[in-house]
Amino acid sequence: MTLAWAEVGEIAARSLGVAGAATLLAALFGLPLGVWLGSRPRRGRMGAQVVLYAGMGLPPVVVGLLFYFLLSRSGPLGGLGLLFTPLAMVLAEAVLAFPMIAGFTLAAVRVRAEGVRRLVRGLGGTERQVLATLLWESRRPITAALAAGFGAAISEVGAATIVGGDIRFHTRVLTTAVVLETRKGELESALALGAVLLGVTLVVTAVLVVWGERR
Amino acid sequence: MIRSEGLVRRYPGFELAVEALEVPPGRFVTVIGPSGAGKSTLLRLLAGLERPDRGRVELRGRAVFLDQDRTALERSVLANATFGLELHGVRRREAVRRVRPWLERVGLADKLAQPAASLSGGERARLALVRALAIEPDVLFLDEPTQALDPGNVDRVEGLLREAHAQGRTIVLVTHNLYQARRLGQETWFLLDGRIVERAPSERLFLRPREALTRAYVAGEMVY
Amino acid sequence: MKKLIALGLLLTAALAAAPLRLATTTSVNDSGLLEAILPGFTRETGVPVQVIAVGTGQALAIAGRGDADAVLVHAPDLEARFLREGKGVAHACIAYNNFVIAGPAADPAAVGAAADALDAMRRIFAAGATFVSRGDNSGTYHREQALWRAAGLDPAGRPWYLESGSGMGATLTLAAEKRAYTLTDLGTFLFMQGKVDLAALFDRPDPRMLNQYGYMAVNPERFPGANREAAYALRAYLLRPDVQQQIGAYLKDRFGRSLFSPLYGRCKVEVSP
Repeated sequence: MTLAWAEVGEIAARSLGVAGAATLLAALFGLPLGVWLGSRPRRGRMGAQVVLYAGMGLPPVVVGLLFYFLLSRSGPLGGLGLLFTPLAMVLAEAVLAFPMIAGFTLAAVRVRAEGVRRLVRGLGGTERQVLATLLWESRRPITAALAAGFGAAISEVGAATIVGGDIRFHTRVLTTAVVLETRKGELESALALGAVLLGVTLVVTAVLVVWGERR
Repeated sequence: MIRSEGLVRRYPGFELAVEALEVPPGRFVTVIGPSGAGKSTLLRLLAGLERPDRGRVELRGRAVFLDQDRTALERSVLANATFGLELHGVRRREAVRRVRPWLERVGLADKLAQPAASLSGGERARLALVRALAIEPDVLFLDEPTQALDPGNVDRVEGLLREAHAQGRTIVLVTHNLYQARRLGQETWFLLDGRIVERAPSERLFLRPREALTRAYVAGEMVY
Repeated sequence: MKKLIALGLLLTAALAAAPLRLATTTSVNDSGLLEAILPGFTRETGVPVQVIAVGTGQALAIAGRGDADAVLVHAPDLEARFLREGKGVAHACIAYNNFVIAGPAADPAAVGAAADALDAMRRIFAAGATFVSRGDNSGTYHREQALWRAAGLDPAGRPWYLESGSGMGATLTLAAEKRAYTLTDLGTFLFMQGKVDLAALFDRPDPRMLNQYGYMAVNPERFPGANREAAYALRAYLLRPDVQQQIGAYLKDRFGRSLFSPLYGRCKVEVSP
């Protein structure tokens, strides 16, 4: 093991931070969209459903490449100087997590929409209250949606490499570090980093599940 | 008070059309008729939950509609009970204070913290009723509130409805149970194939129906 | 603990000055050379260096869009083109080593007996021995292509000619698994030697096998956002005699020879626009 554990901790913390921020950003837009679409009649949501479900298969490298051209100094948003920064990774990974969160939320809300709407409207509630109730009633499957989004963000390597650049102490995350160690032939280090990655994912998912299952 | 004029609602292969209706404040109306007659649709139109293709409905006061689902939200019994009040802007603490006596009366006081999904069918029916009654509505629309309940639970639900009526609430109740319609109603409407065949004070409609179809239905001679 | 201190220093420095972004090749980075010499630069100037390690082709592409401040690569013809296109300035030759043909110790194509590098390539071709090419746009791949061309051979499409499409370390691993030959830079090979079952079969002085590392700053007139001062400062630092000696001494104890021999700015292969 050529990697110091202090540095592994630093890399793991960045992985957690970047993927966590990406998940939150994706949830900020994905949850409302998923709830709204899930509460629509079938005709009004099928197109969006196809786009979201297909989006779950977005190749990270392609998303990374698009963000590369977008954020490059020679690109349209080059002036922001975001390429090869953790924020660029957050943006790209949020795009990857977004279809997961919106899509799974939609699926969860859809099966509850009719009953909840009848109940809330019957008790004199507004359409806005219908959506709020749907969000809360779907919190358990939404937990799974968030876990899936986080998993997609923290486990991808294509976008992180292209827009992050695997810069030590700056944009190196667990997945890019695994690639680096593998490239160097340090397979034990790579494997240890992989185990840390699984551990981080496991802990975050456990927190989400426990939160979702509490009464 | 409920007043409607020339309501028409069409679905593929079905049309509901009823003449002017009026339910004065404090009246208990029961709606009977075979399956597919349009009872639920009429109830939803009157409650304003569905838009008529033609005609209009006027509804005064705070109304609550209780459907057949007895939906139990994925929360505790207590949170289910306070849900209605909270929709109307009542703070959680105050809502808890108000629903507590109701829950005690319907025998759910020792299950406040349980998930509502763990309740039996009868308990869920009582919980759904408490959730609606706690709002203290002026008008109460009920769609088959005692369907598939055992006699004990039917009795408890009917008791709560009688009491609500005694407190001056207007009630429109759809039921398959002719005895219940007669027991509870002051006025009964008989609905068949999307038309109101007869509406009359309940005793009279059951004892001396004017229409042949009504007579056949209340005598149990109509096969559907 | 040392790493923690280094980390602390880097973090402190990061607050002090705008970082320098250096696009370089995996062969320089993965051998650990940059991690050995760059902290000294950061200590002296307060400028943290952000290293992006990719293939030479990608490093030049990144810098060519203004997304890096400087490059350290090993493909003289590509470097010359970069200068010619006005994307780079202030080229300097930093170090060199040589390319090596590695392969299975059994050496079925008898590469070990080759008279020179071109003869070695011809032997592989004639024997139809499995050969793993990088297949990317890296400096090593460019050299391999140049060798085939100079030998008058075209291996493309031959069943024994494999393209890995990955970095040098991964390609060596693949070659070992396939019992195949491959062209590698000396630094990566020495580093991977104990980890993969491959022998250095052609590892002799041959001008065609020279592997020269060149440094350039991106053209500040073309990319006004570039960190010009830091790019020039790193150039001066890398060429300083004591740093050049440090480069030459890197891991010499461990391998008995220099991974990177200092050039003090004197190119062995001219890189002119």
